Amino acid sequence: MATTTLSKPALRLKGSAEPVPNRRPKTPLSRILATVVVSVLAVAWLVPFAWATATALKTETDAASTPISWIPASGFTLDAFAKVLQSGNIPTWTLNSLFTSAAITAITLVISASVAYAISRIDFRGKRMLMGVIVASIIIPPPVLIIPLFQQMQSLGLIDTYWALILPQVIHSPMVFVLKKFFDQIPRELEEAALMDGAGRLRIFTTIVLPLSRPILAAVAIFVFIGAWNNFLWPFIATNESSLLTLPVGLQTIKSAYGIQYAQNMASALLAALPLIVVFLFFQRQIIRGVATTGLAGT
Amino acid sequence: MSTAPATAPAGKSSRSRRGNIPAPAPVPVPPPAAKSSRSRRDNIHGWAFSAPFLAFFLMFLVWPMISGAVTSLTGKSLTGANSGFIGLANYTEAFADSDMWRSLGNTLYFTLISTVPLVVIALALAALVNMGLPAQWLWRLSFFSPFLLASTVVSLFFAWMYNPELGLFNDMLANLGIPPVAWLNDPSVAMWAVVIATVWWTVGFNFLLYLAALQNIPQQHYEAASLDGAGGWRQFFSISLPQLGPTTVMIVILQILASLKVFDQIYQMTEGGPGGATRSIVQYIFEAGFTGYRLGYSAAISYIFFGLILLVALAQVFTARKRSA
Repeated sequence: MATTTLSKPALRLKGSAEPVPNRRPKTPLSRILATVVVSVLAVAWLVPFAWATATALKTETDAASTPISWIPASGFTLDAFAKVLQSGNIPTWTLNSLFTSAAITAITLVISASVAYAISRIDFRGKRMLMGVIVASIIIPPPVLIIPLFQQMQSLGLIDTYWALILPQVIHSPMVFVLKKFFDQIPRELEEAALMDGAGRLRIFTTIVLPLSRPILAAVAIFVFIGAWNNFLWPFIATNESSLLTLPVGLQTIKSAYGIQYAQNMASALLAALPLIVVFLFFQRQIIRGVATTGLAGT
Repeated sequence: MSTAPATAPAGKSSRSRRGNIPAPAPVPVPPPAAKSSRSRRDNIHGWAFSAPFLAFFLMFLVWPMISGAVTSLTGKSLTGANSGFIGLANYTEAFADSDMWRSLGNTLYFTLISTVPLVVIALALAALVNMGLPAQWLWRLSFFSPFLLASTVVSLFFAWMYNPELGLFNDMLANLGIPPVAWLNDPSVAMWAVVIATVWWTVGFNFLLYLAALQNIPQQHYEAASLDGAGGWRQFFSISLPQLGPTTVMIVILQILASLKVFDQIYQMTEGGPGGATRSIVQYIFEAGFTGYRLGYSAAISYIFFGLILLVALAQVFTARKRSA
């Protein structure tokens, strides 16, 4: 809310400095003002990270002392990080998250790309109905499924296993739609030539269509991976055993276990945040393009 | 059945296109036989490629939807006790359950007060950043990076900043001479506190969508307008906003659907408190099933929630029809 009130005066000022084109203004005034406003907001956006970092680098005594200050009385320390890492759970949870998210992403890509290819390219009986059902299923909100999925996993004896975390998370109907739209744009001639040469469907799919689809496959993979990595509700229900928890669920138990140990809470949160932030720094361009291309179909 | 007319033209076009290719005449298989065997082969191939997805789809989406509906008609309990088929009793109970209505009201309230800033701030940020600012990657990084955090991380960050005595927010208020706020412990403030955290967390996503849409608007529109003497403010309202119309409709709908599902950050920051002031409908589903042990009742509320989502989706389809008509 603070942000709306902040950005409004700037927009009004920009408007008053006429005539200024919306982009590439001739007078730099509006651009300077916009830069200032956006900079202030960007700094404000970094405050939660900064405050968490400052807290994590304090002793528990400093973190809980008033008046609060950014610079602790007894200096900065890595104690909180050391304690959290010694307790041994965060590395395990990180590996659990990494393994389950990677498995979910891989299975999702394989099954979604092949069904999308079939719908895009093969004239089989019932494909319109199949596509209709998949598109309609987009509307089903995951929380509606938690009770029956829990019963199902319980009767299969899969509660507290990786299976329970992975299997119900691989259906991403919007992604089938996104992939199908991409495959539709690949010229059919490429495949028809191969068909004439006697290549099988599977070979055409894996050697012609998939290599041409790398950008969209990357976008879908990124989307699914981030979603799986951060998913909370289902893993929270499907697992209880500490050694099987994913990072987000593990953090929730830490919060109740450590209670008022603020420095350790923040150190844990930062350690949990680190992997995806690092990934983002490396793959910024791909992630942003991925959001832009799959974002409206996804979530 | 409905597939026949659809597949026929497609099959015909691909066949005729194949015919157009100056292919060598001595194709080993005679044409009529090839036709029927190919369509049978296409049927087999089509379903073979669809089978893996379909298996997961049937098992972990279709079947739970059906079994959930069945469960909602029973008195099943998490403890294993089952009072059997009880018809619509769970539904009639739910419709008379004031806690259910309160959770639903909280959810709608959250949806309303979160969707507006999540769309407006995202648009304002995108418009500002799109004014030809330097260091584009830096702004994207700042505003989008929170979106990559797990809800638990966001909740830990904000619960700490909302701490009444040791939190950053009350410290900043004190510096401005404003008395402390109880944030997550004040029933009239708690939902707003959750919304502030949510905006910080997810606005970057809508911001990126708006930024991409803005960059897709042809530059000539602006050039023509500025030749006509339209100022920046005018251009924004007469070019950018109308061009962003379809994007805005999609963002608003996706945001409403996402906000209606809110659970994580509320559960983690307030556990639905104080006094149920922030409990969402998804949390009520969760609690009815897993702390109240009433799976049947919980399943019934799930379906009521699903009905609400369906209404929003139908409204979307309806408005989309109207717009295109």
